[in-house]
Amino acid sequence: MTEDHQNHDEREAVVEGVGKAQASRRRFLQVLGAATATAATSQADAAPWEDFFQQHYKRLTDDEKRQIFARLEAQVQDKYGVAVRISDPKPIDGVEFAYALNLQACVGCRRCEYACAQENNTSRSPELHYIRVLQMDKGSLDVERSNTTYEGAVPTAEHYYQPVQCHQCRDAPCVRACPVNATWAEPDGIVVVDYNWCIGCRYCEAACPYFARRFNYEEPTVRPSEINPDQGYLSNRLRPRGVMEKCTYCLHRTRKGLMPACLEACPTGSRKFGNLLDPNSEVRQVIETKRVYILHEDAGTNPRFYYYFG
Amino acid sequence: MRDGYAFVRASLGAVMHGSSAYYRWLAFLGVWMLLGCAAATYQFANGLGVSNLTDQVPWGVYIANFSFLVGLAAASVLVVIPAYVYRDAALYDISLLGELLAVAAMVMSLLFIVVDLGHPELFWHLVPSLGILNFPQSMLAWDVVVINGYLFINAYVVSYLLFSKYRGRVPDKRWYMPVLLLGVVWAVGIHTIPAFLYASLGGRPFWHSAVLAPRFLASAFVSGPSLLIIVLTVVRDQMHFPVRDEALQRLRQIVGVAAVLNLFLTVSEIFVEIYPGTSHSASMRYILVGLHGHNLLVPYIWTGIALSVFAAVVFLARPLYSRPKLLLAACAGAVIGVWIEKGMGLVIPGFIPTSLGEIVEYSPSFIEFCVSAGIWAIGAFLYTLMLKVAVPIELGTLRLPGVSHERVGLHPLRGAA
Repeated sequence: MTEDHQNHDEREAVVEGVGKAQASRRRFLQVLGAATATAATSQADAAPWEDFFQQHYKRLTDDEKRQIFARLEAQVQDKYGVAVRISDPKPIDGVEFAYALNLQACVGCRRCEYACAQENNTSRSPELHYIRVLQMDKGSLDVERSNTTYEGAVPTAEHYYQPVQCHQCRDAPCVRACPVNATWAEPDGIVVVDYNWCIGCRYCEAACPYFARRFNYEEPTVRPSEINPDQGYLSNRLRPRGVMEKCTYCLHRTRKGLMPACLEACPTGSRKFGNLLDPNSEVRQVIETKRVYILHEDAGTNPRFYYYFG
Repeated sequence: MRDGYAFVRASLGAVMHGSSAYYRWLAFLGVWMLLGCAAATYQFANGLGVSNLTDQVPWGVYIANFSFLVGLAAASVLVVIPAYVYRDAALYDISLLGELLAVAAMVMSLLFIVVDLGHPELFWHLVPSLGILNFPQSMLAWDVVVINGYLFINAYVVSYLLFSKYRGRVPDKRWYMPVLLLGVVWAVGIHTIPAFLYASLGGRPFWHSAVLAPRFLASAFVSGPSLLIIVLTVVRDQMHFPVRDEALQRLRQIVGVAAVLNLFLTVSEIFVEIYPGTSHSASMRYILVGLHGHNLLVPYIWTGIALSVFAAVVFLARPLYSRPKLLLAACAGAVIGVWIEKGMGLVIPGFIPTSLGEIVEYSPSFIEFCVSAGIWAIGAFLYTLMLKVAVPIELGTLRLPGVSHERVGLHPLRGAA
């Protein structure tokens, strides 16, 4: 890992190729960063300053990204004693991910919810989950009559169940709300957060009609033995305190052809996931052949998440 | 340049010397400021987990105060318009005090945004070029622009006017009128953009209302001038600043009309929500009567409504408003009433129930209370110091050595130039 460590000469060499204004801004930050970094004695001491001066994900060169990932990996090693690998799988051309969920089959066991937490390294204490499973009254689609804190054996005779997670909206109000572009929709439709760019204003959380965003009010805690070492920079890497996070359709898995963790955990086969642009994909088949409905469709956010019956 | 240096020195001199009541007031505010700083430091070190905020209710007392304070800045535009556009002599005399109130209000609203951030140290991400300001897409980015802009506009105008008068010169209209008039237009933004911040969220039915921006304007026109009436009374008694009764009565007329308009808009909103009883009325039911047994804020909002009604009645009935003490009580009631209604009364119900129907209630934690009180103390402290400089300059007692102590610009615009 050491060969990947900060090398300011190398970084500046890369900068030469970038636009002039951008280069000078970068340079300004680098000089500041370098000045403070050299004052520190070790890599670990330098890290807070490099975190502080880190630029927006979209402004980073591949080389800078490699260095940042190495730094983040080293931080986890320091803090937890766990070797993790941070990768950055890119969206695939011709792929637009979508989810379909069978309300008739879901039994409300919440396995998706817990599998998600494990896969995505979300905080165990305080407990932070991306998926909310609603216990719904039969005879109503009104989520306001739902219960999220149900206990005991499921399913019951009086209820059906509706898991809700980020709907990866086409017209995402969270993306528009963010004052610093720390959250955006990737070309494959997945709405991501740059955890190092988020300033923690929580306007996106207020804007979301699906209660899909989660804020780290406290330092997230995950036991070292429970850390999933296969991490995506824009998805399940360990988050700092004070930033927003959310479901990313497990992009570190799905962009490599795997299924999301919630789908794999589902014992009833209620969850279908795939490429909306592929006419033969399961999710496309569901939309074309089943009765589909969209939660809070009146909010006008055009989600890539569909509920269906059958 | 040398005059500028003398101005700064004279200002520092003015704020350093005062009556014992002045020192006691500053000491009182100082204690709250210290407490607030300690609480803010604790929050910064430990994260927003020390607040009572949750994913269900992610905004609380900080954003509530922010929403109220942008309205308070209306104290500026509502004296500037009558004074400069309609050439009202009584309000012209005190217009500077209104603009200074706007400066203090803007500083406080910015501070309330900063303490609400998970990473206040990363504020540089908002600076265009260095960071990224998502303008014009994000309404919060608009807010950053309009608040900083309004702070700058008011700070520039009052600095220029005070500096001119300090040098015994009649302020040159060319140097301040364009900015002052820009401030009048900008004031529309300062009251509507924060409303749009909420109203633009289609997933929050409680805020998603066309009448929210007019309500913000109306309530701002109540709280700003009401507080100014209180301030003017104190300044007249304590600092011997000649405030004409006409000025107070003109402001009273303004808040009287605005208070009635504000109540009317509030009633319209309540009616439209409650009468048809759609599922979108849940938040309104929560705040007015409680929802499924959750009613933490019900007494709170009714206190606010009662104070607003009381204030409106006093503002409009001559036998009542002609009694100075009652007028002051009504002003205090109006300010607190709007603070309740445009503060937590607006912010919290927007999140209850959540978009998935959960009900999680909120009240501020001790730390949030201390930080909020500290920011209010900073605002009051700042405003006091600014008055301490502005009042003697307006009176003509604080002047550049060798300059006549005559009062400058104490007449409507027509005669000023």
